[in-house]
Amino acid sequence: MTTQLSNTSSGPDSTASRGTRILGVLALVSMAALALFGLVLSPPDANQGEVVRILYVHVPSATFAYIGCLLTTVGSAMYLWRRSQWWELVAYASAEIATVFTAIVLVTGMIWGRPTWGVYWVWDARLTSTAMLLLLLLGYLAVRRLPADHGVRTRRAAILGLLLVPNVIIVRQSVQWWRTLHQKPTLLANGVGAEIEGLMLFALFVGFIAIGLVFTWLLIHRFRLAWLEDQVDEAGLDVAIAERRAEGAAS
Amino acid sequence: MVHLRGAVALLGRFPALAGVDLDLEPRRIVLLRGANGAGKTTLLRTLAGLVALAAGEATVLGVDLRTDRRSVRHRVGLLGHATGLYDDLTVGDNVRFWARAAGADADDVERALTRLGLDGRLRSVAVSRLSAGQRRRTSLACLIARRPELWLLDEPHAGLDQQGRDLVDALLREATAAGATVILSSHELDRSMQLADEVITIAGGIVTRDSDVAGVQVVPTDGGAEGHRGDR
Amino acid sequence: MLQDALLIAGKDLRLELRSRVALNQVLPFALLVLVLFAFALDPDRGVLAQATPGLYWIAVLFSALLALQRSFAIEAADGNRDALRLSGLDPAGIFLGKVLAVSVQLIVLEVLLGIGVAVLYTTHIEGWGLLVVSSVIATASIAAAGTLFGVLAAGLRVRETLLPLLLLPVLAPVLIGSTRAFEAALAGSPSEGWPWVGLMSIFASLYVVAGVLGFGPLLEES
Repeated sequence: MTTQLSNTSSGPDSTASRGTRILGVLALVSMAALALFGLVLSPPDANQGEVVRILYVHVPSATFAYIGCLLTTVGSAMYLWRRSQWWELVAYASAEIATVFTAIVLVTGMIWGRPTWGVYWVWDARLTSTAMLLLLLLGYLAVRRLPADHGVRTRRAAILGLLLVPNVIIVRQSVQWWRTLHQKPTLLANGVGAEIEGLMLFALFVGFIAIGLVFTWLLIHRFRLAWLEDQVDEAGLDVAIAERRAEGAAS
Repeated sequence: MVHLRGAVALLGRFPALAGVDLDLEPRRIVLLRGANGAGKTTLLRTLAGLVALAAGEATVLGVDLRTDRRSVRHRVGLLGHATGLYDDLTVGDNVRFWARAAGADADDVERALTRLGLDGRLRSVAVSRLSAGQRRRTSLACLIARRPELWLLDEPHAGLDQQGRDLVDALLREATAAGATVILSSHELDRSMQLADEVITIAGGIVTRDSDVAGVQVVPTDGGAEGHRGDR
Repeated sequence: MLQDALLIAGKDLRLELRSRVALNQVLPFALLVLVLFAFALDPDRGVLAQATPGLYWIAVLFSALLALQRSFAIEAADGNRDALRLSGLDPAGIFLGKVLAVSVQLIVLEVLLGIGVAVLYTTHIEGWGLLVVSSVIATASIAAAGTLFGVLAAGLRVRETLLPLLLLPVLAPVLIGSTRAFEAALAGSPSEGWPWVGLMSIFASLYVVAGVLGFGPLLEES
C-alpha cells in the first residue's frame, strides 16, 4: 500500500548504505584473513591438535554475544527512561544477533568438545552458562514478538531486556560456583585457559576483529530493517482517523 | 468538570475516539447514546483515566489527563459490562475489599450494602452463585461505597428487572443531589431520557450532538419516543 | 504502600481459603511429582536419596508455577484488572501483597512437602537453621520473580506458556542455590550452604525492587 508517512522522514528504500557497504567489504576481508591465519598459517596446538582452530571463532562469538546482551540491557533502559524508539530497536536488534551468536558459541563448543572430551556436551560452567543465556534471550524475543499491540510488546520486552544483564550475571555466578566448588577434575584444564602465543594469539586477534565486524554489520542491517517495519506500521494514523469519522457520518 | 478538545484515543492502532469535543457541567445526569462501536465505552474509560490520550486535551475534575491520568481514578466510579468482582469471595468480602482499597470505612460499607439490599442473606453468598442482577447490585454497592465525584456507567440498566432499574435511577438521582456528576451510556432511551438532563450523541469516534433533553428529536427507528424533559 | 499490600495479601489468602485451589490441586500435584520421581528413579539404588534436595525443589518450582498462574488468573476475570487500576491502590503495594500471598502458600506447601519427602524418601533431617533460612529466601525469590513475570504475561493470550518460559531460566540460580543449601544442611556441613543463601538474597532483593518499580507500569498495559 502506498502510505503517506505522518512524520515526514524520507525513508531509505533498502537497509544498505555507503557505510554498510564499506563495512561489509571490511568484514569479508577480515573473515578471509581469519580463515587464512586460523586454518593455514597458525600452528596446531600442542595438546589439542587441529581442533584448537575452532576457538578462533568460538571465543570472539562468545564475547560479542555478551556485548549484544549489554546493548539490549542498555537499550531497554534508555527506552524505559527516555522513551527512545531508537534505543528500543537497538535492544531488539542486538538481542536477535546475540541469539545467533550464542547459538554459534554452543555449536562450535560442541564441535570442539567431541574430539577433545569424546562427548558433545559436558555440564561445565561455560557451556551451561551459555545454554542458559540462550534461554534468557529466547524469552526476551518471545515477548518482543508477541501477537499483541506494538506498545505492549515493546514495554514488556524492555523490562525483560533491562533484567537481562543482571540475570546473566547471577546465572553465570551461580553456575560457576556450582561447577567449581566441587573437587572434580575440571575439564577446563585442556580448554581455553591454556596458554596461546605467537601466531595463534594473532589468529585469535584477527578472529575478534572479523567477528566484531560481522556483528556490527548484522546489527546495523537488523536495526534498519526493524526501523523500516515500524515506520510502515505507524504510517496511516491520519488515514485511520479520517476513516473512523467517516464511518460515523455514514451511519 | 469535564472538558475535552480534539481528544484522540487509540485502541492499538485503531482510533476509537477520533477527536472528541465535550464540555460538561457538574451535578448533571448526562446520557451518552450512539450505535454499537461508536466509541461510548472508550469515552467512558478515557474519562476514568484508564485510556491514554494520543492527541488533544482532556481535563476531568480539574486533572489534566495528558500528564496525570492516575490521580483522577480514585475519584471516579466506573461500572462497565464486566462485574469487577472476585467470584470466589462473598458479596460482603467484595464490597469490603473494594471500599477499603478506595479508603472508605466500615460505615460506608454498611451503608452501601443496605442501600442495595445486600445486607441480609446475600451478604455471605459467593458472587459466583448470584444472578446477573444481583452481581450488578454488588458492583453498584462497591461503587457507591467509594463516593465518587464522577459516575461513569456503561449500560447500567442492561440485564436488570424493573425493580433493579428503578433502584439504579434512584441512586443516580441521589448521587447528583449529593453533588456528583453522572454519565451513563444506554440503549434504553425511554427510561434514560426521563432521567437525564443532557444528551450526547457519539458516532464515528466523535461527539456529533450535545443538547438538553428537550431539544432532542428521537428518530422513529430508536423506538418512536419523543424527547421530553422528565419530571424531577 | 504497606497497608495496600496487606489488604491485597489478605484478599488473595481469603480467596484461597474459600476456593481451596492450592489445597485441593497444587498440593496433591506436588506430592504426585514426588511419587513420580520415585517411580522414575528406583528407590532401591540409592539415587533417590542422593537426589532428594534437588527433586524437592523441582517439585516446589513446578507447584509455584501453578500457584502463580492462579494468583493472576483471579485477576484476569471480568474487569478486575481495570478495577484494580481504578481502586486507588498503590501498584507497588499490590505487587508486595501478591508476593506475600504466594509466599505464604508456598511456605505451607514446602512444609507439607518436606514432611512428604521425609516420609517417602526416608530422609534424615538436620541443619534446621540453614534449611529454614534458605527456604524462606528461596521462596521470596520465586514469589518475587514469579509475580513480576506473572504480571508481564498477564492479559496475553499466550500467558500460560509464556510464564514458564520466562520464569524457569531466570530461577535456575535459585534452584541451584536452594538445592546446594539443602544438601549442605542434610550433609551436616552448613558452612558450605550459607554462601548460597547470600546469592539468593541478592536475587530476591533484585526482584523485589524490580517488581516494586515495574508492577505499576506493567499493570497499565491492557
